[in-house]
Amino acid sequence: MSKVTKGARRSLIWLAAILVAIYGLLAVGVLTGNASWTPGLALDLAGGRQIILTPVLDEGATQEIDQSDLDQAVSVIRQRVDASGVAEAEITTQGNNIVVALPGTPDDATVDLVAQAAQLQFRPVLLVGDPSPTTTDDETVTESDETPVAEPSASASATPEPTPSASEVANLITDAEPEPSASPSAVLLDAAVPEASPSPSAETTDEAAAEPEDASSFAWLTEDVMADYAALDCLDVENYGGRTMGDPDAGYVACSSADFAKLAMGPVEVTGDDLETASSGPEMSQTGSFTGGYEVRLQFNSEGAAKFADVTTRLVGLEDPRNQFAIVLDGVVISHPVVQSRITNGEASISGNFTQEQAEQLANQLKFGALPLSLEVQSNQQISSTLGADQLEKGLIAGLIGLVLVALYSLVQYRALGFVTIASLIIAGATTFGVISLLSWGLGYRLSLAGIAGLIVAIGITADSFIVYFERIRDELREGRSLKSAVDHAWTRARRTILISDAVSLLAAVTLYILAVGGVRGFAFTLGLTTVIDVIVVMLFTHPVMVLLARTKFFGEGHKWSGLDPRQLGRDTMYKGRGRVRTGAAAPKDGLTLAERRAAERKAAEGGAVAADEVGEPTAAEVAAVNDAAEVSEADADDAPANDRKGDV
Amino acid sequence: MRANLGTWGNKLHSGEKTYPIVAQRRRWFAISGVLMAIAIILLLVKGLNPGIDFTGGTQYVVPDVANPTAAPAEEAVAEIAPDQEPRITVLGEDDIRVQLGVLDQDDQRALNAALAESYDVPEDSISFDQIGPTWGASVGQAALQGLVIFLLLVFGVIALYFRAWRMAAAAIVALLHDLLFTAGIYALSGFEVTPATVIGFLTILGYSLYDTVVVFDKVRENTANLQSQHRYTYAELANLAINQTLVRSINTSVVALLPVASILFIGSFVLGAGTLKDIALALFVGMAVGTFSSIFVATPLEVSLRGSEKAIQEHTAKVLALREQGGADVAVREDGTVRVGALQPGQHQGVTSQPKRKGRK
Repeated sequence: MSKVTKGARRSLIWLAAILVAIYGLLAVGVLTGNASWTPGLALDLAGGRQIILTPVLDEGATQEIDQSDLDQAVSVIRQRVDASGVAEAEITTQGNNIVVALPGTPDDATVDLVAQAAQLQFRPVLLVGDPSPTTTDDETVTESDETPVAEPSASASATPEPTPSASEVANLITDAEPEPSASPSAVLLDAAVPEASPSPSAETTDEAAAEPEDASSFAWLTEDVMADYAALDCLDVENYGGRTMGDPDAGYVACSSADFAKLAMGPVEVTGDDLETASSGPEMSQTGSFTGGYEVRLQFNSEGAAKFADVTTRLVGLEDPRNQFAIVLDGVVISHPVVQSRITNGEASISGNFTQEQAEQLANQLKFGALPLSLEVQSNQQISSTLGADQLEKGLIAGLIGLVLVALYSLVQYRALGFVTIASLIIAGATTFGVISLLSWGLGYRLSLAGIAGLIVAIGITADSFIVYFERIRDELREGRSLKSAVDHAWTRARRTILISDAVSLLAAVTLYILAVGGVRGFAFTLGLTTVIDVIVVMLFTHPVMVLLARTKFFGEGHKWSGLDPRQLGRDTMYKGRGRVRTGAAAPKDGLTLAERRAAERKAAEGGAVAADEVGEPTAAEVAAVNDAAEVSEADADDAPANDRKGDV
Repeated sequence: MRANLGTWGNKLHSGEKTYPIVAQRRRWFAISGVLMAIAIILLLVKGLNPGIDFTGGTQYVVPDVANPTAAPAEEAVAEIAPDQEPRITVLGEDDIRVQLGVLDQDDQRALNAALAESYDVPEDSISFDQIGPTWGASVGQAALQGLVIFLLLVFGVIALYFRAWRMAAAAIVALLHDLLFTAGIYALSGFEVTPATVIGFLTILGYSLYDTVVVFDKVRENTANLQSQHRYTYAELANLAINQTLVRSINTSVVALLPVASILFIGSFVLGAGTLKDIALALFVGMAVGTFSSIFVATPLEVSLRGSEKAIQEHTAKVLALREQGGADVAVREDGTVRVGALQPGQHQGVTSQPKRKGRK
């Protein structure tokens, strides 16, 4: 076995290994029950609702929307959709847009929920309690002595939306007026633990009817609010998304995503509109050195600064937990820090046992809440599952017809060689199908109708690689090489062409994928994928198979039906090297050299004038040999094709 | 057919038969120029027919109805949104499509229910598509941005690969030619432009360049040793490249167009309008014109552009001078044109071609 055939076999083994790996992995996925053999389908094929939203800032807003705000909007929408019980919703960003894909036919309420704007509210905390609902609806809110701290953390694992751990509690200090807190950690701990909450029952009943004197008054805890408080179950995911924001001028109850505590709060005192922006960074002590922790810095606008000054002035003097204020985003308390000092300059910072990620997340949530943002519905599309199934079926039929036509055409054009095209297309198809199924399992890729169109178009582009290659082989045969040498020469040249043209095609696909929205993406993805697979198949299948086929009698001898018959390609005589030629069907197997045969011809020509003309003709018709004429005839000793690279020099 | 195409390919390869495409480039430029002018005039005067995705609006598709007529839909629309003028079409065999202007959320839902009732189908089998008025603009803008970035990138890649920016420029011009032509066809026929059409347009980008690059690669190969030979000019070798890749170009376009044609067929006659048809239509036109442009526009243009390169000018002058003196070793046809083609090895050149030793008879 020559080196070349060995290489060819090795390539084929590699290809087999890749295919086995793809389908093996998929089989593992199917057996473990996570994957399926077929790719997941996008909404336009499976049916469902797609809503494209664009976040729009209100007029006159100074902020800008950046990626973290988009991510935040997505997470808010996701929480709402999850809470509404819709399974397998997909919410992604594409460029500046948010694409919400809901399977099936979602009800109108769910759809309305998606486009609702998220609001940020600052409310004074009145009560902090145990997450589970209380059945006795009076003052027993505080009877939570038996509440193990473990309970919130247990619920943490049950919550699909992981939030900062329960230990994250915050204190609030000013940058401007450093008022050293005696023992922040102690205060923080108290704030977090429900058992520390006071028992306001007496006051509640007393003052319920009375007009509350300020926002921190227990008078806000009306009977309705207390009933809500009792009923609220902070161990249920539902209560972490899509809740109404409540009346801004009334008491409100909500769950804290930070520590899963249940809070009752007073009316809204500061809103997201009053907040300019928020950021996070390493915490600094009063001496200016880093403490090693992280903090979240809030920056209020002038109006907000005044309001916030009032709030902090009042809260700083109150007992725990009324010295806390709750930051509520979209109906969920994202933080409820203790006020440690009066803050008048509009710059506050929240610190606590934050990790860097937690601090960043909180800052992003605040920053998002500060945006005067509304979500504009750009496109609202419902595809019924019957229509989707219909489209899928017809798309597949179209693909199949296309494939059959391509197969027939290549058989007509290339005869037996057409089977190589068909086999290559089948291998490419199998690889593409496997990879798409894998991606649909691993990355949640969904095949859309535009994606299927991309696949069908790819049939043509993939088949073209083979055409480029085969035409090159024929060109080399026309130039008089043996098949083995022609395959070799054609490959080095066709490879360049295939690689550069596929590179351009891939470039197009990647650019489209990155920049485009909606259906274009699905299309670009399959186009790019098939381009890569095309290169793999040509390298690891088509070429090695050609190398091996060139050594078979059927192809190597140029059988009439092989598609590589030199006689049909205009070469009646074929130079075999070392002065030997092989002529066409009439070729006499006389073992004469070229010169000997020429001599014989000349001798015959002397016999008759007609014959003389025939001999003269080829020399007249001889194409002007380019300067490398000698090279072609000398180089192609057919048993050393691999060394013959002169044509490329 | 195969045998014919094969023999034809042989003749093209050997130079026995040559289509003087590069030599007659003025003719092809004129044809393309006129077509482009028509396309631009059509686009300016008649304009494209944007679908609701670009204008904003609402569209319903009611599948599998028992009586595919427009009347029930008209009644339903007249009842709920009397100021709207619905465009109602029957898609395929039994699907009804209703297109309206922008509706608010409540009307949209009411109409959904009304359509379901009047056609007696379950409400959730109705598909609808509600597009805000600004969405199309942003999609269009994204596509345009994508196009510009893509063109820049591709210009860089091609220029680097062929080491000739003029080749890249010619490829891009051919690409714009294809896009303009396809857009012109859309303006002429009044086909609706939907996001799927845009996908089709963007694919034309990839395909047109792909095809051009294949031809250019042959040009590059033929002219790689340009300076070390003085038989043929650059233009002649480029023309040879076109002729030699002609069979490939035909095969490729047939193979690429077959699947597209099958989508187009299924899309228009079985499914009615939709994503598949819109993509396929743009692709069909674009691919056909893409093959044309890589042969008749890109390469001749490339020759024209590179003709201004000093090295090539000098070389051409030298070759022509040599021919004038009769010193060039080229075959001349009966009509006086120089036969440019691959050599025919395996035929003895005669003893006169053998190297001669001086001082020996």
